[in-house]
Amino acid sequence: MRIALEVWRQRSPEAPGQFVRYETTEASPDMSLLELLDVVNEGLVQKGEEPIAFDSDCREGICGTCGFMVNGLAHGPLQGAAACQVYLRNFRDGETLWIEPFRAKAFPLLKDLVINRSALDRIIAAGGYVTVNTGNAPEANTSTIHKDDAEQAMDAAACIACGACIAACPNASAALFTGAKITHLGKLPQGQPEQGRRALRMVRAAAAEGFGHCTFAGECETACPKSIPLQVITQMNHDYLAARLSGEGHVQPRHIEPGTPKRRR
Amino acid sequence: MHLDGKIPGGPLPQKWERRKLDYALVSPANRRKYRVLVVGTGLAGASAAATLGELGYRVECVFFHDSPRRAHSIAAQGGINAAKNYQNDGDSVQRLFQDTIKGGDYRAREGNVYRLAEVSLRIIDQCVAQGVPFAREYGGKLANRSFGGAQVSRTFYARGQTGQQLLLGAYQALLRQVQAGTVRLSPRTEMLDLVVAHGKARGIVARDLVTGEIRTFVADAVVLATGGYGNAYFLSTYARNSNATAIWRAHRRGAYLANPCFTQIHPTCIPVSGEHQSKLTLMSESLRNDGRIWVPLRAGDKRSPEQIPEDERDYYLERRYPSYGNLTPRDVASRAAKAVCDEGRGVGPSGLGVYLDFADAIRRLGADVIAERYGNLFDMYAEITGEDPYRAPMRIYPAIHYTMGGLWVDYDLMSTIDGLFVIGEANFSDHGANRLGASALMQGLADGYFIVPLAVGSYLARAKPPAIDDAHPAFEDARNDTAARIERLLSVRGKRTAASFHRELGKLLWDTCGMSRNREGLERALTHIPELRDRFYRELLVPGRGETLNRELETAGRVADYFELGELICRDALHREESCGGHFREEYQTPDGEALRDDEHFAYVAAWQWREGEPPILHKEPLVFEAAPPMQRSYK
Repeated sequence: MRIALEVWRQRSPEAPGQFVRYETTEASPDMSLLELLDVVNEGLVQKGEEPIAFDSDCREGICGTCGFMVNGLAHGPLQGAAACQVYLRNFRDGETLWIEPFRAKAFPLLKDLVINRSALDRIIAAGGYVTVNTGNAPEANTSTIHKDDAEQAMDAAACIACGACIAACPNASAALFTGAKITHLGKLPQGQPEQGRRALRMVRAAAAEGFGHCTFAGECETACPKSIPLQVITQMNHDYLAARLSGEGHVQPRHIEPGTPKRRR
Repeated sequence: MHLDGKIPGGPLPQKWERRKLDYALVSPANRRKYRVLVVGTGLAGASAAATLGELGYRVECVFFHDSPRRAHSIAAQGGINAAKNYQNDGDSVQRLFQDTIKGGDYRAREGNVYRLAEVSLRIIDQCVAQGVPFAREYGGKLANRSFGGAQVSRTFYARGQTGQQLLLGAYQALLRQVQAGTVRLSPRTEMLDLVVAHGKARGIVARDLVTGEIRTFVADAVVLATGGYGNAYFLSTYARNSNATAIWRAHRRGAYLANPCFTQIHPTCIPVSGEHQSKLTLMSESLRNDGRIWVPLRAGDKRSPEQIPEDERDYYLERRYPSYGNLTPRDVASRAAKAVCDEGRGVGPSGLGVYLDFADAIRRLGADVIAERYGNLFDMYAEITGEDPYRAPMRIYPAIHYTMGGLWVDYDLMSTIDGLFVIGEANFSDHGANRLGASALMQGLADGYFIVPLAVGSYLARAKPPAIDDAHPAFEDARNDTAARIERLLSVRGKRTAASFHRELGKLLWDTCGMSRNREGLERALTHIPELRDRFYRELLVPGRGETLNRELETAGRVADYFELGELICRDALHREESCGGHFREEYQTPDGEALRDDEHFAYVAAWQWREGEPPILHKEPLVFEAAPPMQRSYK
């Protein structure tokens, strides 16, 4: 089959970018979209040109490394699939695909389709864990967990941090990502002691990274390759507000030097 | 050199306790004076870095992904074993130990394997405490399932995403330490050389994959957790970026490489569909619980599966292994599939495939029950092949999945280079010649959480490595070597891509040193590989420059190392004149086609020492079996 690609090429963060057209005739319906990019790249290399830079690793939809926009949709046209799980049989013969990187202020572009998503790691570092040292955990079956809670925790824990939710969101909000971790740990007894603090710190970390606020547009849920439900955002908002109201995030009065003028709000 | 495994004396159950008592300690205030470098952030690397950070060492964590959570451990589906005996089916540490030694075809160390079984209990405790959402029973207790090679239910799982959840647990523990300031991360940084000064591992040379800058990292001890080398075969179930460069560079600096020919081939992968294929996808072994494997009785039968009547089908596993049937271990099932395809009875367009048929199970249990048990796997299969496995049988074929070989380490997980520790799939220990399902995750976490943090501490307390900085000549040498290698790759300016060489090498390895090997094929490979390598350095084309994000350069460097490693794999397979586990030499088989082990001559670890420009030297570490005397593995 014939597939034409219009791919965003940008040599460096500073350089201007543009779409470049690549016509392919070697496409077969059994190929994945990433394999088509591989073929285009081999052709480019053989001509001595620089191949299209894109990220991918497991190619099974679990590592979260790949991801770009295909015809304006994060990870392409399939519901519940990452870009590496999209096969050419899902497109028409002769179709043109527009491929461009995930765009968000907090995801600086590195080259072509490659972006820097380390902001997501910093959100996790802010509190997305259970504080437990190695070596002295209690016997695993001493605490019981309701099967439904374990299942819901697992639904939320399935997040692969690909960033599609952010790319799809009109506000570039990381609410689905942040909410997923807050929900995963909040559904389990182990996560309880830090629940309020976790919500406060992770939500603030996301804002500090430059992600937008959530206005419940719902695009994230559609884009998510793991079908993480919008409820995780409700859970995040609940935990955040509860923590604020209970004074969990209580901030000490700032030390102010004598003679400091009043700040204008 | 005499290879000393440094296994503690005394009865098996006391060995690890004894060794822990023998370990020297570093006082908490002194720990922050030591810098430990951890390369790789999979299950082993992330858990080791997190634990060393908790203890108070200054940890530097270097990895080539953009986030520690992307390591290939994340793709493991099935589960993790632990001898908890929650099912009251008679499981115990001793039984897990015995199953693992037997499953490894008696080519693993008893001491290591016993410790693994012992530590397995605490891994589950630790992961549950971290919030890993393991599957639960309605009563709220942890659920278990059974897996190949065991007759008890000891596998803990989180749907089909156990590797993902365990890795995220370790990743979160790691980021907690990043926040606490004990661990520093260097993402998108690929190790290209090991620095050895005064006989001790003191750091690495790495390339920043975004800017191309060559950087050096100085440390008092180095921990390699860089995974397996199965991608040498090109098509495999490994993630695309998994590679052998870190261990190969360490090998060239003096670390011995052990049992490189022990490669696990997983029987249930989706077959190759075309020339452009970039990787193979595994279908969980659990499918064999309900699926029946068959091929047409007659060679060249091209009818579609539903047109082939029952009496013209050969359910070859059930026929050959009546007591285990479709649940024979991975090496046995893989070889049997190859045998029927070699007879011309393979199915699918390429003839390299067998049917995994759920028709009986659907008739017996209903499609709903099958969907509940395997729905996500069926969807995955349908997505990749475009066929509906509820209507037509799946087609499967074996593929390279895991490497049991790796850098040689002693009981303390230290390589033949002082201060270089190797953990997880990157080392050779624990699995023997074959790995049972659900045991790789167990080993990665045992090494990372519970063993290497103590062993590293003891090493630092005793060796007290003197201060050093990257102006030392050893760093200068390694930096220059690295720059010269990169320059060499960039300056060939030929016509062929690195990937095209990789495909050619991979096919050669698969054909001559894959599911079965023989002297003639291995000798052929040993002449072809050096020829191919010469062509590589004459005809390679890497566009672009080194000082930028350059994927072709990354690939070319990895492929260059696969040539040397591929040669060693074949050499190891050639010298081992027996069949065991993943290593099946056609010359050594029983009359009915089963692996014929030779315990009298080959009950040893084959550890190879690199020599520049000369053939490597083979060192042998004898394996002693006291608690689990070797016996013939039979699954009839």
